[in-house]
Amino acid sequence: MHTLRDLKHGKVAKVIKLDDSCQGFERFRLLDLGVVPGTEISHALDNPMHEPLAYFIRGAVIALRKEQTGKILIELKEE
Amino acid sequence: MEEVKLQDKEKEVIKTPSSKKSGCEGCPAYREGNLTRLGINVSRYDFVVGLAGNPNVGKSTVFNALTGLNQHTGNWPGKTVTRAEGGFNFDEQNFKLVDLPGAYSLVSRSADEEIARNFILFGKPDVTIIVVDATRLERNLNLVLQILEITDQVVVCLNLVDEAERMGIQINERSLTRDLGVPVIPTSARYKKGLDNLLGAVSDVANERYLTKPRIKSYQNKKLSEAVQKVGTQIVSNFPELENTEWLAERVLDEDEDIIEALKSGELLNHVQTEEDYSIFDAKKLRKDGLNITFRYEQQIYETEKLAKSLRKDLIPNFHDELVENHFIEAGKIASHCVTYPDKKKGLYLDQFIDRIVTSRIWGFPLMFLMLAVVLWITIIGANYPSQGLAWLLLDQGHPFLKGLMSQIGMTWWLNGVLIDGMYLATAWVISVMLPPMAIFFPLFTLLEDFGYLPRVAFNLDRLFKAAGSHGKQALTMSMGFGCNAAGIISTRIIDSPRERLIAIVTNNFALCNGRWPTQILIAALFIGGLAPAYLAGLLSSAAVILVAVLGIFLTFVVSWALSKTILKGEASAFSLELPPYRPPRIWQTLYKSLLDRTIFVLWRAIIFALPAGALIWLVANINFGGSSIAEHMITFMNPFGILIGLNGVILLAYIVAIPANEIVIPTILMLTVMVTGVTGMGEGAGVMFEMDGKDALMHLLQAGGWTLLTAVNLMTFSLIHNPCSTTIYTIYKETRSAKWTSVAALLPLIMGFIVTLAIAQVWGLFV
Repeated sequence: MHTLRDLKHGKVAKVIKLDDSCQGFERFRLLDLGVVPGTEISHALDNPMHEPLAYFIRGAVIALRKEQTGKILIELKEE
Repeated sequence: MEEVKLQDKEKEVIKTPSSKKSGCEGCPAYREGNLTRLGINVSRYDFVVGLAGNPNVGKSTVFNALTGLNQHTGNWPGKTVTRAEGGFNFDEQNFKLVDLPGAYSLVSRSADEEIARNFILFGKPDVTIIVVDATRLERNLNLVLQILEITDQVVVCLNLVDEAERMGIQINERSLTRDLGVPVIPTSARYKKGLDNLLGAVSDVANERYLTKPRIKSYQNKKLSEAVQKVGTQIVSNFPELENTEWLAERVLDEDEDIIEALKSGELLNHVQTEEDYSIFDAKKLRKDGLNITFRYEQQIYETEKLAKSLRKDLIPNFHDELVENHFIEAGKIASHCVTYPDKKKGLYLDQFIDRIVTSRIWGFPLMFLMLAVVLWITIIGANYPSQGLAWLLLDQGHPFLKGLMSQIGMTWWLNGVLIDGMYLATAWVISVMLPPMAIFFPLFTLLEDFGYLPRVAFNLDRLFKAAGSHGKQALTMSMGFGCNAAGIISTRIIDSPRERLIAIVTNNFALCNGRWPTQILIAALFIGGLAPAYLAGLLSSAAVILVAVLGIFLTFVVSWALSKTILKGEASAFSLELPPYRPPRIWQTLYKSLLDRTIFVLWRAIIFALPAGALIWLVANINFGGSSIAEHMITFMNPFGILIGLNGVILLAYIVAIPANEIVIPTILMLTVMVTGVTGMGEGAGVMFEMDGKDALMHLLQAGGWTLLTAVNLMTFSLIHNPCSTTIYTIYKETRSAKWTSVAALLPLIMGFIVTLAIAQVWGLFV
């Protein structure tokens, strides 16, 4: 199973679900930002320090640290 | 003044449609502009209006446009961290407007979102305006749908339509109105467009001329639907008069502690709208403050909780996910037939282009330092002449004039001294030194803020903050600290995790604040600039000041790291940062507003502190015992320690006197040096602060006081690393409610300052 960490530049992913280890406020916040099953996410920006990276999520540009992207399970979509 | 809610009979409600005219005036969309802004004068009001929305969608801009108040606005999420209240009069009715902190959701249980939720739920506003970002509508609809579950007395303010247009996004607000069942009004609050229509809709909903359609919630999951029914029925049987029971039942099933506590204490039953009433619902905060709340309905709710617990077993795990998911499915459906996206995202393309450069691996950091350098350079160079002009006016001309006036009316010498030589001169000094750099620095900073650059700085620096074990949004609070540390401390409320917030509070002092820039600039110009040939002096002294500011940023990381490894151990909390679209800066408005709401504000504060400090300085320099003044006794006492750390007794005394405001350090040092050295022909007597005519005279004075290059270097260092001013310390106490953390925040930098200056002095001694 892939996580959002594996998303390569220029590719699109579809959220399957949030990992069970992602609980409490972290889970609520990701859900509220629109990271729910079925949401399409694409890579938006690199970072001079390689982390965090920014993603297009439901029309907004959201920066996420690796701790969070590793808990977002996705399937890679072909363009 | 007591707040009065007008009784219904007192209201002159005209229950006829407001549009019975011909032509444009007959169109329901037409509105006459009969708005009167009331500022904060809303002691009597007919209606209460809440202003909710996602972070950074322009709520404060709408608030300011309607009330005529000056809430600070800026293009970064989480800027409004407390509630602000104001008022306006429309069609001869008074509306009280409450600006709520930005919220992504009502069910996330973060502190600022709770404020918004509690107000909508318990404050029961007559109308809630939900401001949504037209460029990010789908995500924004999540909150709209959540609020619509609580109340349908809603007007949706579709803001930033100009931005959406720039990006080629088209929104059909009529079908959006149909889908949501409440009025949707397109606006562009920054340019004051559409506000009359917004007010008209608010007035119509408040007066029930527009009948909104309540949304009926349907659960996809049958078991969940049944569970909500059962719990809801039990809540109704306990509290027959309670509204929103289904919503409350869902919250109880979702183990929402705050709602359960509000039920237990029975507070949900009251209708509350004032600040005091409202705060009693913040049970968590009350307990923190050591106050007791009684759970009158503990027993009844215990039964409800037990029921909820047994029902929860049959539900799917994480059914919270499903609740949110349903909102997004709904939001997606609505967006798909109300929003048309362009084939080619033209405006978005420009935003992305800028973003790729300012966050690029190669250019990201150089650009950041370049911006800082340019802002500082313009400030340093530009402030020079107006500073000299003000000094000439207030000190060279104003001071002798006032002295002459006082002796003419025959005022006693000591009163004359305290008032004119003490209070007037201290204040005049602060104005002439501080006003010009602030009037340049703040607008420049505000332009960058308005444009949307600050969140990109936070984005670039987050990896470093993560390594230091702290929160990426600390970059934003640090940036605020460059203006004023007290403002920086308040802005740390955007950080949810208490641990990371404390780190941000304790380290904010390392952001060189506005009160300290003048000290840095003056000392660098005198001693560091003097090392280079004249044509390089400006550049070298600017570089020295930037070096000090960068040292401050470096210390922020080091101290954050040390704190998170020792007394503030813990895991990094979840981090997410929304990067807002860039907005074209409005230059004139920015200049005007930052002058009003920042420059004047900070200057006023400095003046309030300079007045008594000036009197104090004059007194310690003029009250004698044992043959010399109090100041001289103190300087002699502290001098050995001062010399040890490469400073002197005068500087240390100046820092004690200047605890209320860093701005008066330099004038105090000069005044005390004159007194100690007895250099004549420069001042007008002991305890008189003054402006020196030229840099040569100033150098001569300081050298007579025993100053060397080391003294200058260490003064610049100590100015960066020492205790925060008393306003900031008080703010820290207010924000943390902890004497312990206030002491840490005050003493840690002071001790560090002593250690660093001692080390520099000792190493210096080896080589010089």
